[in-house]
Amino acid sequence: MTLQAFLLLAAALFSVGLYGALSQRSIVMLMMGLELMINGIVAAAAGFWHQVSPGAADGQVLVLVAITVMALEMAMGFAVVTALFRARDVDMADDAGDLKG
Amino acid sequence: MTVLFWVLAVAAVASGAAVFAVGSMARATFALLASFLCVGGELLLAGQHYLGVLVVLMMIMEMLVMAVFMVMYMMDPAGLMPMSMVHNRRGALIVSGAVFAALAAGVFAVPWPARRGGPPRDPAAALGQAIMGPKMLVMMVIGIAILATMIATVVLATRTGRYGEDGAR
Amino acid sequence: MLEVVVLGVLAVAAASLDAVLAGGPGPFREAARLLVLERRTTPQADRLLARIGAIALPLAAALAALVVPFGGHAALDTRVGVVWFNAMEVVGWAAVWLVGWGANSAFALVGGYRFIAQGLAYELPHMFALITAALAAHSLDLRAIGAAQGGLWFGVWMPVAFAVYLVSALAMAFWGPFGAPLGADIAGGAALELPGPDRLVFLAGRYGLLAVASAVAVPLFLGGGGGPVLPAWLWSLVKTCAVLALLVWARRRLPVLRMDRFVQAAWVVLIPAVLLQMLVVAVVVVD
Repeated sequence: MTLQAFLLLAAALFSVGLYGALSQRSIVMLMMGLELMINGIVAAAAGFWHQVSPGAADGQVLVLVAITVMALEMAMGFAVVTALFRARDVDMADDAGDLKG
Repeated sequence: MTVLFWVLAVAAVASGAAVFAVGSMARATFALLASFLCVGGELLLAGQHYLGVLVVLMMIMEMLVMAVFMVMYMMDPAGLMPMSMVHNRRGALIVSGAVFAALAAGVFAVPWPARRGGPPRDPAAALGQAIMGPKMLVMMVIGIAILATMIATVVLATRTGRYGEDGAR
Repeated sequence: MLEVVVLGVLAVAAASLDAVLAGGPGPFREAARLLVLERRTTPQADRLLARIGAIALPLAAALAALVVPFGGHAALDTRVGVVWFNAMEVVGWAAVWLVGWGANSAFALVGGYRFIAQGLAYELPHMFALITAALAAHSLDLRAIGAAQGGLWFGVWMPVAFAVYLVSALAMAFWGPFGAPLGADIAGGAALELPGPDRLVFLAGRYGLLAVASAVAVPLFLGGGGGPVLPAWLWSLVKTCAVLALLVWARRRLPVLRMDRFVQAAWVVLIPAVLLQMLVVAVVVVD
Protein backbone atom coordinates (compact mmCIF):
# COMPACT_ATOMS: atom_id res chain seq x y z
CA MET A 1 0.00 0.00 0.00
CA THR A 2 2.59 2.54 -1.09
CA LEU A 3 1.76 5.96 -2.46
CA GLN A 4 2.74 4.73 -5.93
CA ALA A 5 0.19 1.92 -5.70
CA PHE A 6 -2.61 4.35 -4.87
CA LEU A 7 -1.58 6.71 -7.66
CA LEU A 8 -1.31 3.87 -10.18
CA LEU A 9 -4.84 2.80 -9.31
CA ALA A 10 -5.97 6.40 -9.67
CA ALA A 11 -4.25 6.74 -13.06
CA ALA A 12 -5.84 3.52 -14.33
CA LEU A 13 -9.34 4.58 -13.22
CA PHE A 14 -8.82 8.04 -14.72
CA SER A 15 -7.70 6.63 -18.07
CA VAL A 16 -10.56 4.14 -18.30
CA GLY A 17 -12.97 6.96 -17.51
CA LEU A 18 -11.31 9.19 -20.09
CA TYR A 19 -11.73 6.49 -22.73
CA GLY A 20 -15.43 6.28 -21.90
CA ALA A 21 -15.91 10.04 -21.91
CA LEU A 22 -14.22 10.36 -25.31
CA SER A 23 -15.72 7.38 -27.08
CA GLN A 24 -19.31 7.07 -25.89
CA ARG A 25 -22.03 8.66 -28.01
CA SER A 26 -24.79 8.62 -25.41
CA ILE A 27 -24.55 11.46 -22.91
CA VAL A 28 -25.55 9.15 -20.06
CA MET A 29 -22.66 6.81 -20.82
CA LEU A 30 -20.36 9.78 -21.24
CA MET A 31 -21.23 10.90 -17.73
CA MET A 32 -20.34 7.47 -16.43
CA GLY A 33 -16.88 8.04 -17.87
CA LEU A 34 -16.64 11.38 -16.06
CA GLU A 35 -17.70 9.71 -12.81
CA LEU A 36 -14.96 7.11 -13.21
CA MET A 37 -12.40 9.89 -13.68
CA ILE A 38 -13.52 11.55 -10.44
CA ASN A 39 -13.39 8.12 -8.81
CA GLY A 40 -9.70 8.08 -9.68
CA ILE A 41 -9.30 11.47 -8.00
CA VAL A 42 -10.91 10.09 -4.83
CA ALA A 43 -8.43 7.20 -4.82
CA ALA A 44 -5.49 9.56 -5.36
CA ALA A 45 -6.60 11.92 -2.59
CA ALA A 46 -7.01 8.98 -0.20
CA GLY A 47 -3.51 7.83 -1.07
CA PHE A 48 -1.98 11.26 -0.52
CA TRP A 49 -3.73 11.63 2.82
CA HIS A 50 -2.63 8.21 4.04
CA GLN A 51 0.93 8.20 2.72
CA VAL A 52 2.03 11.84 2.78
CA SER A 53 0.43 13.83 5.58
CA PRO A 54 -2.19 11.95 7.61
CA GLY A 55 -1.82 14.57 10.33
CA ALA A 56 -3.48 17.27 8.24
CA ALA A 57 -7.09 16.92 7.11
CA ASP A 58 -6.53 18.32 3.57
CA GLY A 59 -6.65 14.93 1.84
CA GLN A 60 -9.94 14.08 3.52
CA VAL A 61 -11.42 17.44 2.59
CA LEU A 62 -10.41 16.82 -1.03
CA VAL A 63 -12.21 13.45 -0.98
CA LEU A 64 -15.31 15.19 0.38
CA VAL A 65 -15.16 17.80 -2.39
CA ALA A 66 -14.70 15.11 -5.06
CA ILE A 67 -17.75 13.19 -3.82
CA THR A 68 -19.82 16.37 -3.91
CA VAL A 69 -18.58 17.19 -7.41
CA MET A 70 -19.67 13.73 -8.56
CA ALA A 71 -23.19 14.27 -7.25
CA LEU A 72 -23.44 17.76 -8.75
CA GLU A 73 -22.04 16.64 -12.09
CA MET A 74 -24.63 13.90 -12.30
CA ALA A 75 -27.54 16.13 -11.32
CA MET A 76 -26.53 18.82 -13.80
CA GLY A 77 -25.86 16.28 -16.56
CA PHE A 78 -29.26 14.68 -16.21
CA ALA A 79 -30.96 18.06 -16.19
CA VAL A 80 -29.25 18.91 -19.49
CA VAL A 81 -30.14 15.52 -20.95
CA THR A 82 -33.74 16.02 -19.87
CA ALA A 83 -33.88 19.45 -21.52
CA LEU A 84 -32.23 18.10 -24.66
CA PHE A 85 -34.53 15.09 -24.80
CA ARG A 86 -37.60 17.30 -24.44
CA ALA A 87 -36.46 19.52 -27.28
CA ARG A 88 -35.14 16.92 -29.74
CA ASP A 89 -35.90 13.38 -28.53
CA VAL A 90 -32.21 12.48 -28.49
CA ASP A 91 -29.63 11.70 -25.87
CA MET A 92 -26.63 11.64 -28.18
CA ALA A 93 -23.68 14.00 -27.81
CA ASP A 94 -23.25 14.13 -31.60
CA ASP A 95 -26.75 15.54 -32.10
CA ALA A 96 -26.09 18.45 -29.78
CA GLY A 97 -23.11 19.78 -31.67
CA ASP A 98 -24.84 23.08 -32.46
CA LEU A 99 -24.81 23.94 -28.75
CA LYS A 100 -21.17 24.96 -29.00
CA GLY A 101 -20.81 28.69 -28.78
CA MET B 1 -3.42 -5.68 3.68
CA THR B 2 -1.34 -5.31 0.53
CA VAL B 3 -2.95 -8.33 -1.10
CA LEU B 4 -6.40 -7.00 -0.28
CA PHE B 5 -5.38 -3.62 -1.67
CA TRP B 6 -4.36 -5.09 -5.02
CA VAL B 7 -7.41 -7.35 -5.23
CA LEU B 8 -9.67 -4.33 -4.72
CA ALA B 9 -7.60 -2.21 -7.12
CA VAL B 10 -7.79 -4.77 -9.94
CA ALA B 11 -11.50 -5.26 -9.27
CA ALA B 12 -12.07 -1.49 -9.37
CA VAL B 13 -10.34 -1.05 -12.72
CA ALA B 14 -11.84 -4.23 -14.20
CA SER B 15 -15.40 -3.27 -13.30
CA GLY B 16 -14.67 0.26 -14.51
CA ALA B 17 -13.68 -1.17 -17.87
CA ALA B 18 -16.73 -3.45 -17.84
CA VAL B 19 -18.95 -0.34 -17.79
CA PHE B 20 -18.06 0.29 -21.43
CA ALA B 21 -17.95 -3.36 -22.45
CA VAL B 22 -21.31 -4.78 -21.37
CA GLY B 23 -24.40 -4.38 -23.52
CA SER B 24 -27.03 -3.95 -20.84
CA MET B 25 -27.25 -0.47 -19.36
CA ALA B 26 -28.42 -1.84 -16.02
CA ARG B 27 -25.30 -4.01 -15.87
CA ALA B 28 -23.14 -1.03 -16.87
CA THR B 29 -24.59 1.03 -14.00
CA PHE B 30 -23.96 -1.68 -11.48
CA ALA B 31 -20.46 -2.34 -12.84
CA LEU B 32 -19.76 1.34 -12.18
CA LEU B 33 -21.22 0.91 -8.70
CA ALA B 34 -18.89 -2.07 -8.13
CA SER B 35 -15.95 0.13 -9.11
CA PHE B 36 -17.04 2.78 -6.59
CA LEU B 37 -17.51 0.18 -3.87
CA CYS B 38 -13.99 -1.12 -4.46
CA VAL B 39 -12.57 2.40 -4.11
CA GLY B 40 -14.67 2.78 -0.95
CA GLY B 41 -12.99 -0.40 0.29
CA GLU B 42 -9.57 1.14 -0.47
CA LEU B 43 -10.54 4.16 1.63
CA LEU B 44 -11.47 1.84 4.50
CA LEU B 45 -8.09 0.11 4.12
CA ALA B 46 -6.38 3.50 4.26
CA GLY B 47 -8.00 4.17 7.63
CA GLN B 48 -10.59 6.67 6.39
CA HIS B 49 -13.53 4.79 7.85
CA TYR B 50 -16.03 7.62 7.70
CA LEU B 51 -15.23 8.62 4.12
CA GLY B 52 -15.13 5.01 2.94
CA VAL B 53 -18.59 4.27 4.29
CA LEU B 54 -19.79 7.64 2.96
CA VAL B 55 -18.60 6.69 -0.54
CA VAL B 56 -20.51 3.40 -0.28
CA LEU B 57 -23.67 5.15 0.95
CA MET B 58 -23.64 7.98 -1.59
CA MET B 59 -22.63 5.96 -4.61
CA ILE B 60 -25.38 3.36 -4.14
CA MET B 61 -27.97 6.13 -4.05
CA GLU B 62 -26.38 7.93 -6.98
CA MET B 63 -26.18 4.86 -9.16
CA LEU B 64 -29.83 4.01 -8.48
CA VAL B 65 -30.84 7.49 -9.62
CA MET B 66 -28.59 7.00 -12.62
CA ALA B 67 -30.29 3.71 -13.43
CA VAL B 68 -33.65 5.48 -13.53
CA PHE B 69 -32.42 8.04 -16.07
CA MET B 70 -30.58 5.39 -18.01
CA VAL B 71 -33.70 3.34 -18.54
CA MET B 72 -35.59 6.52 -19.36
CA TYR B 73 -33.32 7.86 -22.09
CA MET B 74 -31.37 5.00 -23.63
CA MET B 75 -32.84 3.33 -26.70
CA ASP B 76 -32.10 -0.19 -25.53
CA PRO B 77 -31.45 -0.20 -21.78
CA ALA B 78 -31.52 -3.95 -21.43
CA GLY B 79 -29.04 -4.54 -24.25
CA LEU B 80 -31.35 -7.01 -25.95
CA MET B 81 -30.23 -5.85 -29.41
CA PRO B 82 -26.55 -5.02 -29.05
CA MET B 83 -25.31 -2.22 -31.26
CA SER B 84 -22.26 -0.04 -31.25
CA MET B 85 -22.74 3.20 -29.34
CA VAL B 86 -19.24 4.61 -29.70
CA HIS B 87 -17.56 7.12 -31.93
CA ASN B 88 -13.89 7.58 -32.65
CA ARG B 89 -12.99 4.49 -30.71
CA ARG B 90 -9.40 4.33 -31.93
CA GLY B 91 -8.67 7.95 -31.16
CA ALA B 92 -10.17 7.57 -27.68
CA LEU B 93 -8.10 4.44 -27.04
CA ILE B 94 -4.91 6.14 -28.15
CA VAL B 95 -5.57 9.28 -26.10
CA SER B 96 -6.50 7.43 -22.91
CA GLY B 97 -3.61 4.99 -23.36
CA ALA B 98 -1.18 7.88 -23.74
CA VAL B 99 -2.64 9.64 -20.70
CA PHE B 100 -2.26 6.48 -18.64
CA ALA B 101 1.33 6.01 -19.80
CA ALA B 102 2.17 9.62 -18.95
CA LEU B 103 0.48 9.44 -15.54
CA ALA B 104 2.13 6.11 -14.70
CA ALA B 105 5.54 7.45 -15.72
CA GLY B 106 4.90 10.47 -13.51
CA VAL B 107 3.90 8.26 -10.60
CA PHE B 108 7.25 6.50 -10.65
CA ALA B 109 9.42 9.39 -11.80
CA VAL B 110 8.39 12.06 -9.30
CA PRO B 111 10.22 11.89 -5.96
CA TRP B 112 7.23 11.97 -3.62
CA PRO B 113 7.71 13.48 -0.18
CA ALA B 114 8.14 11.16 2.77
CA ARG B 115 5.29 10.56 5.19
CA ARG B 116 4.95 13.25 7.84
CA GLY B 117 3.22 12.52 11.11
CA GLY B 118 0.67 9.83 11.85
CA PRO B 119 -3.10 9.65 11.42
CA PRO B 120 -5.18 11.24 14.18
CA ARG B 121 -6.96 8.99 16.66
CA ASP B 122 -10.30 9.72 15.00
CA PRO B 123 -9.94 10.83 11.35
CA ALA B 124 -13.67 11.53 11.09
CA ALA B 125 -13.50 13.99 13.99
CA ALA B 126 -10.42 15.61 12.44
CA LEU B 127 -12.32 16.05 9.17
CA GLY B 128 -15.29 17.57 10.98
CA GLN B 129 -13.03 19.98 12.89
CA ALA B 130 -11.32 20.96 9.64
CA ILE B 131 -14.42 21.75 7.59
CA MET B 132 -16.04 23.60 10.48
CA GLY B 133 -12.80 25.44 11.33
CA PRO B 134 -9.83 26.29 9.12
CA LYS B 135 -11.38 24.78 5.96
CA MET B 136 -14.81 26.31 6.42
CA LEU B 137 -14.58 28.19 3.12
CA VAL B 138 -14.59 24.82 1.31
CA MET B 139 -17.79 23.83 3.06
CA MET B 140 -19.42 27.16 2.28
CA VAL B 141 -18.52 26.92 -1.41
CA ILE B 142 -19.85 23.36 -1.54
CA GLY B 143 -23.07 24.49 0.08
CA ILE B 144 -23.62 27.32 -2.39
CA ALA B 145 -22.70 25.06 -5.31
CA ILE B 146 -25.30 22.53 -4.20
CA LEU B 147 -27.95 25.24 -3.89
CA ALA B 148 -27.10 26.64 -7.33
CA THR B 149 -27.25 23.15 -8.83
CA MET B 150 -30.63 22.45 -7.27
CA ILE B 151 -32.09 25.62 -8.74
CA ALA B 152 -30.43 25.17 -12.13
CA THR B 153 -31.45 21.53 -12.51
CA VAL B 154 -35.08 22.23 -11.66
CA VAL B 155 -35.18 25.16 -14.10
CA LEU B 156 -33.61 23.07 -16.85
CA ALA B 157 -35.71 19.99 -16.29
CA THR B 158 -39.20 21.50 -15.98
CA ARG B 159 -41.44 21.02 -18.96
CA THR B 160 -41.70 24.70 -19.76
CA GLY B 161 -37.97 25.33 -19.71
CA ARG B 162 -36.46 28.51 -18.40
CA TYR B 163 -38.79 30.95 -20.18
CA GLY B 164 -42.08 29.77 -18.71
CA GLU B 165 -45.29 28.60 -20.36
CA ASP B 166 -45.69 31.33 -22.97
CA GLY B 167 -42.27 32.94 -22.86
CA ALA B 168 -39.93 33.61 -25.74
CA ARG B 169 -38.89 30.45 -27.50
CA MET C 1 -20.52 -12.70 15.81
CA LEU C 2 -23.05 -13.81 18.40
CA GLU C 3 -24.94 -10.55 17.89
CA VAL C 4 -25.55 -11.38 14.21
CA VAL C 5 -26.87 -14.84 15.10
CA VAL C 6 -29.19 -13.37 17.74
CA LEU C 7 -30.59 -10.91 15.20
CA GLY C 8 -31.13 -13.77 12.75
CA VAL C 9 -33.13 -15.63 15.40
CA LEU C 10 -35.10 -12.44 16.06
CA ALA C 11 -35.90 -12.16 12.34
CA VAL C 12 -37.37 -15.68 12.41
CA ALA C 13 -39.30 -14.76 15.55
CA ALA C 14 -40.68 -11.70 13.76
CA ALA C 15 -41.83 -13.88 10.87
CA SER C 16 -43.52 -16.25 13.35
CA LEU C 17 -45.27 -13.40 15.14
CA ASP C 18 -46.46 -12.00 11.83
CA ALA C 19 -47.79 -15.43 10.86
CA VAL C 20 -49.65 -15.71 14.18
CA LEU C 21 -51.16 -12.23 13.77
CA ALA C 22 -52.17 -12.98 10.20
CA GLY C 23 -53.37 -16.51 10.95
CA GLY C 24 -51.27 -17.93 8.11
CA PRO C 25 -48.71 -20.75 7.99
CA GLY C 26 -45.61 -20.33 10.12
CA PRO C 27 -42.24 -19.31 8.66
CA PHE C 28 -40.78 -22.81 8.53
CA ARG C 29 -43.77 -24.23 6.66
CA GLU C 30 -43.67 -21.28 4.31
CA ALA C 31 -39.93 -21.75 3.76
CA ALA C 32 -40.40 -25.44 2.96
CA ARG C 33 -43.18 -24.56 0.52
CA LEU C 34 -40.99 -21.98 -1.25
CA LEU C 35 -38.05 -24.40 -1.46
CA VAL C 36 -40.02 -27.08 -3.29
CA LEU C 37 -41.89 -24.63 -5.51
CA GLU C 38 -41.40 -25.28 -9.22
CA ARG C 39 -38.89 -22.86 -10.74
CA ARG C 40 -40.38 -20.53 -13.30
CA THR C 41 -38.54 -18.22 -15.60
CA THR C 42 -39.39 -15.20 -17.72
CA PRO C 43 -38.00 -14.73 -21.23
CA GLN C 44 -34.95 -12.48 -21.63
CA ALA C 45 -34.61 -12.12 -17.86
CA ASP C 46 -31.35 -10.75 -16.46
CA ARG C 47 -30.82 -13.65 -14.07
CA LEU C 48 -27.44 -12.48 -12.84
CA LEU C 49 -28.74 -9.11 -11.63
CA ALA C 50 -31.92 -10.63 -10.14
CA ARG C 51 -29.84 -13.20 -8.27
CA ILE C 52 -27.46 -10.52 -6.98
CA GLY C 53 -30.44 -8.47 -5.80
CA ALA C 54 -32.06 -11.38 -3.95
CA ILE C 55 -28.82 -12.26 -2.16
CA ALA C 56 -27.88 -8.65 -1.44
CA LEU C 57 -30.87 -8.05 0.83
CA PRO C 58 -30.09 -10.62 3.59
CA LEU C 59 -26.38 -9.89 3.14
CA ALA C 60 -27.00 -6.19 3.80
CA ALA C 61 -29.04 -7.06 6.90
CA ALA C 62 -26.25 -9.31 8.20
CA LEU C 63 -23.58 -6.69 7.52
CA ALA C 64 -25.68 -4.03 9.25
CA ALA C 65 -26.03 -6.40 12.23
CA LEU C 66 -22.23 -6.33 12.64
CA VAL C 67 -22.34 -2.89 14.26
CA VAL C 68 -25.42 -3.44 16.46
CA PRO C 69 -24.38 -3.46 20.11
CA PHE C 70 -25.94 -5.73 22.71
CA GLY C 71 -25.06 -4.28 26.06
CA GLY C 72 -21.82 -2.49 25.28
CA HIS C 73 -20.38 -4.93 22.75
CA ALA C 74 -20.72 -5.11 18.96
CA ALA C 75 -19.28 -7.66 16.55
CA LEU C 76 -17.33 -5.04 14.60
CA ASP C 77 -15.22 -2.46 16.40
CA THR C 78 -15.85 0.74 14.45
CA ARG C 79 -16.39 4.37 15.31
CA VAL C 80 -18.80 5.05 12.45
CA GLY C 81 -21.50 2.48 13.20
CA VAL C 82 -24.39 4.86 12.48
CA VAL C 83 -23.16 5.63 8.95
CA TRP C 84 -22.43 1.97 8.29
CA PHE C 85 -25.93 0.95 9.36
CA ASN C 86 -27.45 3.57 7.07
CA ALA C 87 -25.26 2.52 4.13
CA MET C 88 -26.40 -1.08 4.53
CA GLU C 89 -30.04 0.00 4.55
CA VAL C 90 -29.43 1.76 1.25
CA VAL C 91 -28.07 -1.50 -0.17
CA GLY C 92 -31.67 -2.67 0.26
CA TRP C 93 -32.83 -0.17 -2.38
CA ALA C 94 -30.34 -1.55 -4.86
CA ALA C 95 -31.48 -5.08 -4.01
CA VAL C 96 -35.16 -4.34 -4.60
CA TRP C 97 -34.52 -2.47 -7.84
CA LEU C 98 -32.27 -5.25 -9.15
CA VAL C 99 -34.84 -7.90 -8.34
CA GLY C 100 -37.54 -5.83 -10.04
CA TRP C 101 -35.40 -5.11 -13.08
CA GLY C 102 -33.96 -8.60 -13.49
CA ALA C 103 -37.30 -10.32 -14.01
CA ASN C 104 -38.05 -8.48 -17.26
CA SER C 105 -41.62 -8.03 -16.10
CA ALA C 106 -43.52 -4.73 -16.07
CA PHE C 107 -45.14 -5.05 -12.63
CA ALA C 108 -41.87 -6.16 -11.05
CA LEU C 109 -40.08 -3.12 -12.47
CA VAL C 110 -42.87 -0.83 -11.22
CA GLY C 111 -42.25 -2.28 -7.75
CA GLY C 112 -38.53 -1.55 -8.06
CA TYR C 113 -39.20 2.05 -9.08
CA ARG C 114 -41.65 2.50 -6.24
CA PHE C 115 -38.98 1.56 -3.77
CA ILE C 116 -36.49 4.05 -5.21
CA ALA C 117 -39.06 6.86 -4.84
CA GLN C 118 -39.93 5.73 -1.31
CA GLY C 119 -36.29 5.29 -0.37
CA LEU C 120 -35.28 8.74 -1.62
CA ALA C 121 -38.18 10.36 0.24
CA TYR C 122 -37.61 8.57 3.55
CA GLU C 123 -33.80 8.47 3.51
CA LEU C 124 -33.46 12.14 4.45
CA PRO C 125 -35.72 12.09 7.53
CA HIS C 126 -34.15 8.75 8.47
CA MET C 127 -30.66 10.19 8.20
CA PHE C 128 -31.60 13.31 10.18
CA ALA C 129 -33.15 11.18 12.94
CA LEU C 130 -29.95 9.12 13.16
CA ILE C 131 -27.81 12.26 13.19
CA THR C 132 -29.95 13.85 15.92
CA ALA C 133 -29.12 11.03 18.33
CA ALA C 134 -25.46 11.06 17.24
CA LEU C 135 -25.35 14.82 17.79
CA ALA C 136 -26.60 14.54 21.35
CA ALA C 137 -24.03 11.84 22.16
CA HIS C 138 -21.11 13.53 20.28
CA SER C 139 -20.36 10.25 18.53
CA LEU C 140 -21.20 8.15 15.47
CA ASP C 141 -20.46 5.01 17.46
CA LEU C 142 -23.65 3.14 18.42
CA ARG C 143 -22.03 1.88 21.63
CA ALA C 144 -21.07 5.39 22.69
CA ILE C 145 -24.56 6.69 21.85
CA GLY C 146 -26.13 3.95 23.98
CA ALA C 147 -23.76 4.71 26.86
CA ALA C 148 -24.46 8.46 26.68
CA GLN C 149 -28.06 8.07 27.90
CA GLY C 150 -27.37 7.46 31.56
CA GLY C 151 -29.95 9.90 32.90
CA LEU C 152 -32.68 10.35 30.34
CA TRP C 153 -33.38 8.23 27.27
CA PHE C 154 -33.06 10.07 23.96
CA GLY C 155 -36.47 8.70 22.99
CA VAL C 156 -38.01 10.66 25.86
CA TRP C 157 -36.51 14.08 25.25
CA MET C 158 -36.40 13.88 21.44
CA PRO C 159 -39.72 12.17 20.72
CA VAL C 160 -40.04 13.59 17.19
CA ALA C 161 -36.73 12.06 16.12
CA PHE C 162 -37.73 8.73 17.67
CA ALA C 163 -41.10 8.70 15.91
CA VAL C 164 -39.53 9.68 12.60
CA TYR C 165 -36.94 6.94 13.05
CA LEU C 166 -39.61 4.29 13.59
CA VAL C 167 -41.70 5.45 10.61
CA SER C 168 -38.73 5.68 8.26
CA ALA C 169 -37.40 2.32 9.46
CA LEU C 170 -40.73 0.84 8.37
CA ALA C 171 -40.29 2.55 5.00
CA MET C 172 -36.72 1.31 4.62
CA ALA C 173 -37.82 -2.28 5.26
CA PHE C 174 -40.87 -1.73 2.94
CA TRP C 175 -43.01 -3.13 5.72
CA GLY C 176 -46.72 -2.73 6.45
CA PRO C 177 -48.23 0.49 5.08
CA PHE C 178 -44.99 1.11 3.21
CA GLY C 179 -45.21 -2.24 1.43
CA ALA C 180 -46.16 -0.65 -1.90
CA PRO C 181 -43.00 -1.97 -3.64
CA LEU C 182 -44.40 -5.45 -3.05
CA GLY C 183 -47.99 -4.23 -3.25
CA ALA C 184 -50.95 -6.43 -4.08
CA ASP C 185 -52.15 -3.79 -6.55
CA ILE C 186 -49.21 -4.67 -8.79
CA ALA C 187 -49.55 -8.42 -8.22
CA GLY C 188 -46.71 -8.67 -5.70
CA GLY C 189 -44.43 -6.00 -7.14
CA ALA C 190 -40.68 -6.43 -7.19
CA ALA C 191 -40.80 -10.01 -5.91
CA LEU C 192 -43.46 -11.03 -8.45
CA GLU C 193 -41.34 -13.28 -10.67
CA LEU C 194 -38.82 -14.53 -8.09
CA PRO C 195 -38.48 -18.31 -8.07
CA GLY C 196 -39.15 -20.06 -4.73
CA PRO C 197 -35.65 -20.23 -3.15
CA ASP C 198 -34.79 -16.69 -4.31
CA ARG C 199 -38.03 -15.40 -2.86
CA LEU C 200 -37.27 -17.15 0.43
CA VAL C 201 -33.85 -15.48 0.61
CA PHE C 202 -35.30 -12.09 -0.38
CA LEU C 203 -38.14 -12.15 2.18
CA ALA C 204 -35.77 -13.43 4.87
CA GLY C 205 -33.62 -10.40 4.13
CA ARG C 206 -36.61 -8.13 4.67
CA TYR C 207 -37.26 -9.62 8.11
CA GLY C 208 -33.55 -9.26 8.80
CA LEU C 209 -33.66 -5.55 7.95
CA LEU C 210 -36.66 -5.12 10.21
CA ALA C 211 -34.89 -6.89 13.09
CA VAL C 212 -31.73 -4.81 12.65
CA ALA C 213 -33.69 -1.56 12.45
CA SER C 214 -35.44 -2.42 15.74
CA ALA C 215 -32.15 -3.39 17.37
CA VAL C 216 -30.55 -0.08 16.35
CA ALA C 217 -33.45 1.87 17.84
CA VAL C 218 -32.35 0.60 21.27
CA PRO C 219 -28.91 2.26 21.48
CA LEU C 220 -30.15 5.31 19.56
CA PHE C 221 -33.24 6.19 21.56
CA LEU C 222 -33.95 3.65 24.33
CA GLY C 223 -30.88 3.91 26.51
CA GLY C 224 -28.95 0.92 25.09
CA GLY C 225 -28.32 -1.67 27.78
CA GLY C 226 -29.30 0.62 30.64
CA GLY C 227 -31.84 -0.68 33.18
CA PRO C 228 -32.13 -2.02 36.72
CA VAL C 229 -31.28 -5.53 38.02
CA LEU C 230 -30.82 -7.38 34.69
CA PRO C 231 -27.44 -7.42 32.86
CA ALA C 232 -26.94 -4.94 30.02
CA TRP C 233 -27.11 -7.44 27.14
CA LEU C 234 -30.42 -8.80 28.43
CA TRP C 235 -31.92 -5.31 28.63
CA SER C 236 -30.80 -4.67 25.04
CA LEU C 237 -32.45 -7.91 23.97
CA VAL C 238 -35.69 -7.17 25.84
CA LYS C 239 -35.96 -3.68 24.38
CA THR C 240 -35.16 -4.94 20.87
CA CYS C 241 -37.89 -7.56 21.14
CA ALA C 242 -40.37 -4.91 22.27
CA VAL C 243 -39.58 -2.59 19.34
CA LEU C 244 -39.63 -5.46 16.87
CA ALA C 245 -42.98 -6.69 18.16
CA LEU C 246 -44.35 -3.15 17.83
CA LEU C 247 -43.17 -2.89 14.22
CA VAL C 248 -44.55 -6.32 13.29
CA TRP C 249 -47.85 -5.57 15.00
CA ALA C 250 -48.07 -2.21 13.19
CA ARG C 251 -48.15 -3.97 9.83
CA ARG C 252 -51.90 -4.52 9.89
CA ARG C 253 -52.83 -1.69 12.25
CA LEU C 254 -51.73 1.38 10.29
CA PRO C 255 -53.80 2.91 7.50
CA VAL C 256 -52.48 2.38 3.99
CA LEU C 257 -52.46 5.51 1.87
CA ARG C 258 -51.54 5.91 -1.75
CA MET C 259 -47.82 5.91 -2.23
CA ASP C 260 -47.55 9.45 -3.51
CA ARG C 261 -49.24 10.67 -0.32
CA PHE C 262 -46.62 8.89 1.77
CA VAL C 263 -43.82 10.38 -0.30
CA GLN C 264 -45.34 13.84 -0.03
CA ALA C 265 -45.71 13.44 3.74
CA ALA C 266 -42.02 12.60 4.00
CA TRP C 267 -40.90 15.69 2.08
CA VAL C 268 -43.39 18.18 3.48
CA VAL C 269 -43.95 17.05 7.08
CA LEU C 270 -41.22 14.69 8.29
CA ILE C 271 -38.16 16.57 7.05
CA PRO C 272 -39.10 19.98 8.56
CA ALA C 273 -40.24 18.30 11.78
CA VAL C 274 -37.03 16.37 12.26
CA LEU C 275 -34.94 19.41 11.32
CA LEU C 276 -36.67 21.44 14.04
CA GLN C 277 -36.05 18.58 16.46
CA MET C 278 -32.39 18.64 15.49
CA LEU C 279 -32.22 22.38 16.11
CA VAL C 280 -33.68 21.93 19.59
CA VAL C 281 -31.25 19.11 20.37
CA ALA C 282 -28.30 21.13 19.06
CA VAL C 283 -29.22 24.11 21.22
CA VAL C 284 -29.62 21.91 24.31
CA VAL C 285 -26.37 20.03 23.68
CA VAL C 286 -24.28 23.14 23.04
CA ASP C 287 -25.65 24.91 26.06
